Amino acid sequence: MGHSINSGYSAWLKRDLLLAYRRRGEAASPLIFFVMVSTLIPLGLTPESSQLAEIAAGMIWVMALLATLLSVDGLFANDYQDGSLEQLLITPQLLPMPVLGKITAHWLTTGLPLTLASPLLGVMLSLPTSGYLPMLCSLALGTACLSLTGAVGAALTVSLRKGGLLLSLLVIPLYMPVIIFGTATISYAIDGLNWLPPLAILGALFAASVALCPLAAAGALRITSAN
Amino acid sequence: MPPKKIHRARELPLSQSPLLKVENLAFERDDSAVLENINLSLNRGEVLQIEGANGSGKTTLLRLLTTALQPSAGSILYKGEASSKCRYQYLSDMLYIGHQPAVKLTLTAEENLRWMINSAVKTNSLTIADALDGVGLSGYSDIPCYALSAGQHRRVALARLLISEAALWYLDEPFTAIDKQGVSFLEARLQERLNRGGAVVLTSHQDLTLNNLRKYSLSAPAGQAA
Amino acid sequence: MSWQWFHRLGSPRWFYQTSTRWLPLLALIAAAILISGLVWGLAIAPADAKQGNSFRIIYIHVPASFLALAGYYIMAIAGAVGLIWKMKLSYMVMKSAAPIGAALTFIALVTGAIWGKPTWGTYWVWDARITSMLILLFLYLGVMALQYAYHSIDAASKAGAILALVGTVNIPIIYKSVDWWYTLHQPATIKFTSAPSMHIDMFLPLLVMIVGFYLFYAVALILHTRSEILRRERKTAWVRELIEPEAR
Repeated sequence: MGHSINSGYSAWLKRDLLLAYRRRGEAASPLIFFVMVSTLIPLGLTPESSQLAEIAAGMIWVMALLATLLSVDGLFANDYQDGSLEQLLITPQLLPMPVLGKITAHWLTTGLPLTLASPLLGVMLSLPTSGYLPMLCSLALGTACLSLTGAVGAALTVSLRKGGLLLSLLVIPLYMPVIIFGTATISYAIDGLNWLPPLAILGALFAASVALCPLAAAGALRITSAN
Repeated sequence: MPPKKIHRARELPLSQSPLLKVENLAFERDDSAVLENINLSLNRGEVLQIEGANGSGKTTLLRLLTTALQPSAGSILYKGEASSKCRYQYLSDMLYIGHQPAVKLTLTAEENLRWMINSAVKTNSLTIADALDGVGLSGYSDIPCYALSAGQHRRVALARLLISEAALWYLDEPFTAIDKQGVSFLEARLQERLNRGGAVVLTSHQDLTLNNLRKYSLSAPAGQAA
Repeated sequence: MSWQWFHRLGSPRWFYQTSTRWLPLLALIAAAILISGLVWGLAIAPADAKQGNSFRIIYIHVPASFLALAGYYIMAIAGAVGLIWKMKLSYMVMKSAAPIGAALTFIALVTGAIWGKPTWGTYWVWDARITSMLILLFLYLGVMALQYAYHSIDAASKAGAILALVGTVNIPIIYKSVDWWYTLHQPATIKFTSAPSMHIDMFLPLLVMIVGFYLFYAVALILHTRSEILRRERKTAWVRELIEPEAR
């Protein structure tokens, strides 16, 4: 049976999707967190529609970022604990490809559901109508960036106990450009400006992340799982 | 239940250069030497049993052989070529079963094995069902692994041995958690692999009854308590 | 070109012994330049037309900001050298550079806040440079925290090096993003006095202070690296000789 480089990607992608499906409850928690915490905003601030509308874009983005942050440390942790990570390290295929497969699975089970659930939150937080499409586009691209960058942090902390909190510390500064351009996309649209430029920059961040993060995460995995 | 008869694959010719050669391998961690001056060679049909007290670096040596770890010095040669130069050939010709059987608890035995086989390059045409039969798990293929015992997890991992055509088998404490019947099954599989031109490196305290068995003893490096 | 000096440079013992010889002189020069710069800037340079005497804090704030950013790059380069050439000394320099850089970033933030109060009436402003400096502090803290989390020194150094390099790639992106974000939300009416447009009488002491801070950074880095060397090499004969010369 011959194997090309691609099979590393789809094999691990399918496996991680199957694993997430088997633990549906756990896999759904970022999404549930996202929706539930967003109800804290009106409770904590104001139910006033006009005031919520001003902060809706930013709050939805912050919530999506936090939900992704919560879930990203499980990317390699499970495999580390049961010895699958060792098998990952010695696949004949180049390591960044299976890693990218795992990251894709993570986005499909976290970022994509968040993106699809965001209109619901837009309604709850009185997001102006012109903001919905930009929100969907920016969240789709942006959460992919978050999964990719988060994977590097997860790889760096995989062998640490209580690595989750440290992971957040490491990764939040790297998330800042994504949230800046993500919310800008929505604000531009709401203000009636052309929202494609900030979205394009988000796309550029995504392109750079896809190219670099699997390499960085693979390198980090080799180093940190050596203990 | 006695193992089912496995179809034999074509016998691989014995080759001249050693399948695996390790020269002056050393590994240090945090400025202390874990392994030093490791020299060994392995031909087809040979089995190397690595012995040593706990903490003497048996698992580390195996992980160095699988390239999961990078040595501080020395080289590993596969069929005469440095492993870093022929990475794909070396890794696709290798099967590694570590301390932990790498079994995902939420997947069934059949799914776990299918996934392990999909990642392997050199496999024979034995079906997964037959492989699970071979390790005595025929009724358990649909059961999620969290419902199976540790011994059964190890059997799922060992089922890989039935399907693998990789020449080099690296096994870390493969006899852990399996019963006497399992021990004789495993020895039979190892002997079969050796007869067909493969080679095995394993760590174990067990007394094995295999042909061409050589032992390699690891002592703790000088200046360190064993 | 002989690489011998480069590999000798990687020897902790050589570094320790050479720095023992040169450090006192370097420290003296650094102190002299810093003191003269401080006196010149704080006392002698003319007061600013608009801000009066409160602008004088730039003589600490600006050099600290420069060094904070330069220090991160020094840390990242040390990490890269360690990863590529597997040089232990380089990892020690990287580990030492982190707290020094973090402290300088903190000083820059605090002096910026002190400057902000009389100038704009508020201690904190979310402007591009201050926000970027805050994010830089977080990046430093991340590198430090990651290294301390690992028990194995090898893993700690390598992980820290990777993180430092990831941060280096991100710093320009983060700075540009924050800059863009700030101009998006507030037209830039408040700008730090950029150096070239300063009057020469105010600019020269600033230059002196910047040079002095660089020298101070070098002294601090060398001192910190020396103690790191002693700690990590404590089992070797030459360190034991240093610590207990008359033992046995």
